[in-house]
Amino acid sequence: MKKHVDLTAAYQPKDFSFRDMSQVAEILSRYPKGKQRSATMPLLDLAQRQVAQDGALANPPYGGWIPRAAMDKIAEIVDVPPIKVYEVATFYSMYNLEPVGKYLVQMCTTTPCMLCGSGDIVKTCEDHLGIHMGESTKDGLFTIVEVECLGACVNAPMVQVNDDYFEDLTPESMKQLLVDLKDGKDVTIGSQKGRRTSMALSGTTTLLDQADKLGVKKAI
Amino acid sequence: MLADQDRIFTNIYGWDTYSLAAAKARGDWDNTKDIIAKGRDWIIDEMKKSGLRGRGGAGFPTGTKWSFMPKVSDGRPHYLVINADESEPGTCKDRDILRHEPHKLLEGALIAGFAMGAHRAYIYMRGEFYNEGSTINRAIREAYDAGLLGKNAAGSGWDFDVVLHRGGGAYICGEETALIESIEGKKGQPRNKPPFPAGAGLYSCPTTVNNVETIAVAPTILRRGGGWFAGIGRDEKNTGTKLFCISGHVNNPCNVEEAMGIPLKELIEKHAGGIRGGWDNLLAIIPGGSSTPLLPKHICDTVLMDFDSLRAVQSGLGTAGVIVMDKSTDIVSAIARLTHFYMHESCGQCTPCREGTGWLYRIMQRMARGNATIEEIDMLLDLTKEIEGHTICAHGDASAWPIQGLIRHFRPEMEKRLLDYRKDAPHDIMAAE
Repeated sequence: MKKHVDLTAAYQPKDFSFRDMSQVAEILSRYPKGKQRSATMPLLDLAQRQVAQDGALANPPYGGWIPRAAMDKIAEIVDVPPIKVYEVATFYSMYNLEPVGKYLVQMCTTTPCMLCGSGDIVKTCEDHLGIHMGESTKDGLFTIVEVECLGACVNAPMVQVNDDYFEDLTPESMKQLLVDLKDGKDVTIGSQKGRRTSMALSGTTTLLDQADKLGVKKAI
Repeated sequence: MLADQDRIFTNIYGWDTYSLAAAKARGDWDNTKDIIAKGRDWIIDEMKKSGLRGRGGAGFPTGTKWSFMPKVSDGRPHYLVINADESEPGTCKDRDILRHEPHKLLEGALIAGFAMGAHRAYIYMRGEFYNEGSTINRAIREAYDAGLLGKNAAGSGWDFDVVLHRGGGAYICGEETALIESIEGKKGQPRNKPPFPAGAGLYSCPTTVNNVETIAVAPTILRRGGGWFAGIGRDEKNTGTKLFCISGHVNNPCNVEEAMGIPLKELIEKHAGGIRGGWDNLLAIIPGGSSTPLLPKHICDTVLMDFDSLRAVQSGLGTAGVIVMDKSTDIVSAIARLTHFYMHESCGQCTPCREGTGWLYRIMQRMARGNATIEEIDMLLDLTKEIEGHTICAHGDASAWPIQGLIRHFRPEMEKRLLDYRKDAPHDIMAAE
């Protein structure tokens, strides 16, 4: 899918430099000599995380995104024309090419989540934050976007906020999550219904001896 | 039902930690050196005997795939690439291996790498699995510190490195040549084949791409013997254990390791607590991830979950992501949402897929509302046939199959909806035309 990007927008900073060049060197060392172009994606990710670190301290806050200056810098490091880096950055959905909120809420709405009520989760977010899909709140805290399957289907419906998955959501727990994030409270990553990862909520049906030993709940 | 002592993934739910000490107590890294000492031919032969077929969806025999790698290096390095780009809707099994059983994967990587003459493996993991990636990186560091990876890995005399490469959010990178392009720092657009990766893959060097589950089961197979694995399952072509992901309208969605060939009904009733509202409330099931055509209830009543049984009912085992839909489901909308997925994830390289998936989606949206004519159902079917088989990779096919399955089994429902809509709003139809 085509991704919106404005390389000359007013919000684009003039310069970008990596704060920690040892991390850049470590990334380059993962690939054979002469194949430094392979470092393009990890460097884009590193740039986005650096911006997120700055954004967490700013007022109003913002989340991780990749300015044009960072892409140009990466092109220099991996020794390709800048267009080759723009190409990669626009192809993959995880690279944000315009500013986003401090908490990027990625909502899965693909069929397994849809069957389990992701529509209600989306509506809860939109109503609670007063914004639509793809928009950000004025305080710089939240951006909500629709994404395709995030690969946690047996824990549907789920959303990803920055790096973390929040699963087994209900409209109530979704709303609570947004409130807690805004208040800076600790949140529980993973299932919001208190179940162990991908095990059945009613208890395990397999590995029964082990479950007995470890005191894990068994399905009746 | 599979006996507990035959389960490979004994920490699949993360009851215990993933750490090296705990993994060793579970039997991982137990005399890996001895397995490698038996040699390349023995390993490949044993893998062939086990009947293991690739767990990423296509189901190609693993031992045979490994044997395609050149026996002697022509000077180019060989690479093992592990496909952890798990993105097929309905599938979330590899994530559990990555976060709870990483040492099974790393040990498998060393053995598989040795068997194909590779000194380096790249694990290509979907970028969204950030926390799982941190786990893998910690496990890799543990393995290096214990001498299980690196120079003379596990005392085997074989040097072996493992590197994690995180993706950027693109389903298409699960296609092996797109994945290779992506590691090379490019857009993930599939390559034409031939050359096949075993001849010229990553950096134009001999490469084998295997799914996470395929690699992670290899050490246990070699330790317990190919014959043990082949003894589980339905027949000699559908062997072993398999991780199933059961999502959607079941009482207790879960991941579970079961025997290949388990009846679908038994799988759901034993492990997922049955269908919401009982078995009779079942409408249809997508048996193997979004790309596999759905099956209506009367087929689900008796079908077995393995490659060939599902192929015989014009569907497939795929990744074994079982998506269950009860009678409350708007089946046309459910499939239309998958079509949106394929449109969004098309890499844009081949015209039939780039343009076709958009056409499919727009027509499916109208079908979901009923705003279409009966003839357009045939047109839609025709369109899927124009995409299927006319693209570089299988993404085009995968976008066509769910719709073909829908028309095959739910045509009367689609027609009824169109007629009802026409009764209610005849003017809209004219406008649409």
